[in-house]
Amino acid sequence: MTLVLLAIGVLVATGVAALPVRCGTRAGTVTAAGAVGAATLVVGPALRAMLGASLPGIKRVWSVPLGTFSLGIDALTGVFLLIIVTIGALGAVYGVPYLTRTAPGRRLGVPWCMYNLLLASMLVVVTARDGVLFLVAWEVMSLASFFLVTFDDRTEEVREAGWTYLLATHIGTAFLLAMFLLIAEGGPLSLEAQVVRPTPLASVAFVLALVGFGTKAGFWPLHVWLPQAHPAAPSHVSAVMSGVMLKMGVYGLLRVLPLLGPPAVWWGWVLVGVGAVSGVGGVLFALAQHDLKRLLAYHSVENLGLIALGLGLGTLGLASNLPVMAALGFAGALLHVVNHAIFKSLLFFGAGAVVAATGTRDLDQLAGLGRRMPVTARTFLVGSAAISGLPPLNGFVSELLIFLAALAGISERTAGVVAPAAAVLAALGLIGGLAAACFAKAYGVSFLGEPRQPLAAHDPAPPMRRVMVLLAALCALIGLGGAWVVPGLTAAVATLVRVPFLELQPVLGGDVGRILAAVGALGAFFWVLVLVLLRLRKAVLGEREVGASPTWDCGYAAPSPRMQYTASSFAQPLVELFRGVLHTHHDVAPPHGIFPRTARLATETPEVVEVGFLRPLFAAIARLAQRLHVLQHGRVQLYVLYLALALLALLVWQLGGGW
Amino acid sequence: MVSASIVGVLAGLILAPLLGGIINRVKALFAGRSGQPLLQPYRDIAKLLRKGAVFSTTTGEMFGVGPAIGVAAGVVGLTLLPLGGSRAPVAFSGDFLLLLGLLALARFCIVLAALDTGSAFEGMGASREVAFSALAEPAMLLAVGALVRATDAQSLSAAVGAVWKQVWQPSMPAAVLVAAALAVVLLCENARIPFDDPNTHLELTMIHEVMVLDHSGPDFGLVLYGGALKLWIFSALLAGVLVPVRCGSPWLDAVATVIGTFCVAAGGGAVESTMARLRLVRVPQLLVGAAVMAALAVLLVR
Repeated sequence: MTLVLLAIGVLVATGVAALPVRCGTRAGTVTAAGAVGAATLVVGPALRAMLGASLPGIKRVWSVPLGTFSLGIDALTGVFLLIIVTIGALGAVYGVPYLTRTAPGRRLGVPWCMYNLLLASMLVVVTARDGVLFLVAWEVMSLASFFLVTFDDRTEEVREAGWTYLLATHIGTAFLLAMFLLIAEGGPLSLEAQVVRPTPLASVAFVLALVGFGTKAGFWPLHVWLPQAHPAAPSHVSAVMSGVMLKMGVYGLLRVLPLLGPPAVWWGWVLVGVGAVSGVGGVLFALAQHDLKRLLAYHSVENLGLIALGLGLGTLGLASNLPVMAALGFAGALLHVVNHAIFKSLLFFGAGAVVAATGTRDLDQLAGLGRRMPVTARTFLVGSAAISGLPPLNGFVSELLIFLAALAGISERTAGVVAPAAAVLAALGLIGGLAAACFAKAYGVSFLGEPRQPLAAHDPAPPMRRVMVLLAALCALIGLGGAWVVPGLTAAVATLVRVPFLELQPVLGGDVGRILAAVGALGAFFWVLVLVLLRLRKAVLGEREVGASPTWDCGYAAPSPRMQYTASSFAQPLVELFRGVLHTHHDVAPPHGIFPRTARLATETPEVVEVGFLRPLFAAIARLAQRLHVLQHGRVQLYVLYLALALLALLVWQLGGGW
Repeated sequence: MVSASIVGVLAGLILAPLLGGIINRVKALFAGRSGQPLLQPYRDIAKLLRKGAVFSTTTGEMFGVGPAIGVAAGVVGLTLLPLGGSRAPVAFSGDFLLLLGLLALARFCIVLAALDTGSAFEGMGASREVAFSALAEPAMLLAVGALVRATDAQSLSAAVGAVWKQVWQPSMPAAVLVAAALAVVLLCENARIPFDDPNTHLELTMIHEVMVLDHSGPDFGLVLYGGALKLWIFSALLAGVLVPVRCGSPWLDAVATVIGTFCVAAGGGAVESTMARLRLVRVPQLLVGAAVMAALAVLLVR
């Protein structure tokens, strides 16, 4: 625990030290050194806690009403600590050359300070064992990330994204405040996992927690801020926000659920429903996007949906007394938290490399980057396959655990378990298929084919490249070595399933371990086969006649790069099929006459929740607020009158004896 | 036991291209032609593997990696595939998802290889391929769910092996629905009529074929062989559900299932001879229909 406190201190100190530094690169180097230092301090205790060691916490009296300064580390905290410091440090290392290139000459003291503050606040969020401390850290986290989102504050779009985010996160916090007040029942609230106090209002608290934490996690329909904020932020910040900060919502849910006592069955249904809707909705909207980072942002909604599916099955297993299903569901969700942190930050780093090299995020403008940016292309490909849940990479392993939980549920007798399990199966299939389609699009049109316009793109600076290669290697390693990773989550899952560690060991260490060992062995066999085939192919082609010609375009003699399929055209069949959900706007000027001069087609898929629900809602609130203008004339005399009246009322109340 | 499993994998590796030959012969029979020799697919692949190649100047490394991954995924998939009552060499809970994942990986890479050429036609085929397969996936997973629910077994080998004892007697309608859903997915995933016409002449109307227009020589040979493996996997799976021969000897079970697999291919040929290709806009409806059938099967079990 001392080491974690020390790490928080290092983060804050280096962040503050970077504030006055004029040179952007130097400010970045200072904070990045702090982030890496903090990571080295935290990794040890985080790993030990994750594997089940009980580390002493810290408890101090705090002068804040209802608050105690209480920190602790358990296995669940360990898992989240690990991803915060790893991705945080990698993001900082990546961010220094990235900002040097994309924002040359700017003073970066404040954004870098905010970056480390964000990391530090997340460390406090996951170690806090007191409700007030948790909320304070939560708020610091939200504000720090707000300042990072609005990094590019001269752009109108970015400012708007920032406001949306600020509003959304505070609405979420309001729900959390209500939830904490409710379960604390007026007293101080300890978040210690051992103190289980079932309250009669547990279900209300569950809904409040789902809304509050779901806003941060980006569950549909609370995700509205996400597709705006991620493209607006610099890429390394998007990576940390999407890969790590969204997970704080998941952490919050996992931390609070045990406090609510034994779960009701319908909580599981709600989580499965939220997961299925977020998953399918997220990936559908991602398909319709042609901004690379906006597309990735929608995929965060999708992946958090997958995590919610796991949480739902876990909760359902708890409520229906099926500990194996519960363990598999929670383990799948937790592993997906880790995996998503890895491949999503990798993809955002890749997108950042593309943005730094080309200056655009528009997929319809990009093509043929693969030859010019081979490292970015290969690592982005690994990330794309991993996020689509394809074997033998890490995304597949966590989806397999969720799938196993669903299989455990579908053999049950009660319809209350079978129906959600079947829904999870269908959702997993649809999400997987659509995600593969979406990443075939994202990778295929940007990195493959012929460049649409002359580009001088090249791979990014060595630190950025190394970060991406490292993350891609992690994707492959967890894909093959799931048998070693999942047992490491046993202690964390045991706290969630509320059974002793030793009871879960045979499930997650034994059965699942054997399954994942088989998956790993077959994965290794697959890689060997691919290498052998490619070797053979090379040898065979080496001694034969090999010609080169332009691409066969069905006899067309003068193909040009502009004729290639674009991202929009690639996604068109699916977008058209789901037009009832997506409401894509088409702006068409069709060609006329025998020799058409111009023709134009532009499509845009606005956020349906925002346009269809939130804007009208806030417009209505604004109209209502207008009515209050009656009270507010801007005349000082009237305001003095209000003051006098209020004082008079208070006086009367006090004289009457109060309550 | 082990030997029968290994022989099952070898049978898949060797017999897979034969299914294409059977389909072609059945189609010729329906049309009153004498048709190409039964072993023509082998000759095609052998010829292609012996040839040189022409590469588009646009393509890069992905173009060559795609077909190799297609074959490797098919081979690894075969190790998970039971032949009726004869278990696969590798079986574990949830291996369904690995098999489907491998096939999805193969498709993902072939699609990327198609996009690597920068051709509008290949882009079009790739775009349709991912759209249809995304819709076929839920049907497949729900069918798996029904199978697991009916047999109470969580691995492919155990579930298919238990089909005879449990599924056919008490929950006949569910079994029929599962088989129907699997058949629809088979036709869709393997680019057969009514989803895609493997013999069409017009690039605009192709789906799978147009994706591999630029592949030539050994690469194209690998593409054809990978496609054959995929057809074998789906057909053997369907045959495993449909052919209720579980006599206890893995050898006899396997032989019965292989014959069943040939019959599935012949059935596919009959479908192709008697049906026209569906309009593209109708395809999603059929796939959603398959998913609904599979979901119904989940409800109807027991």
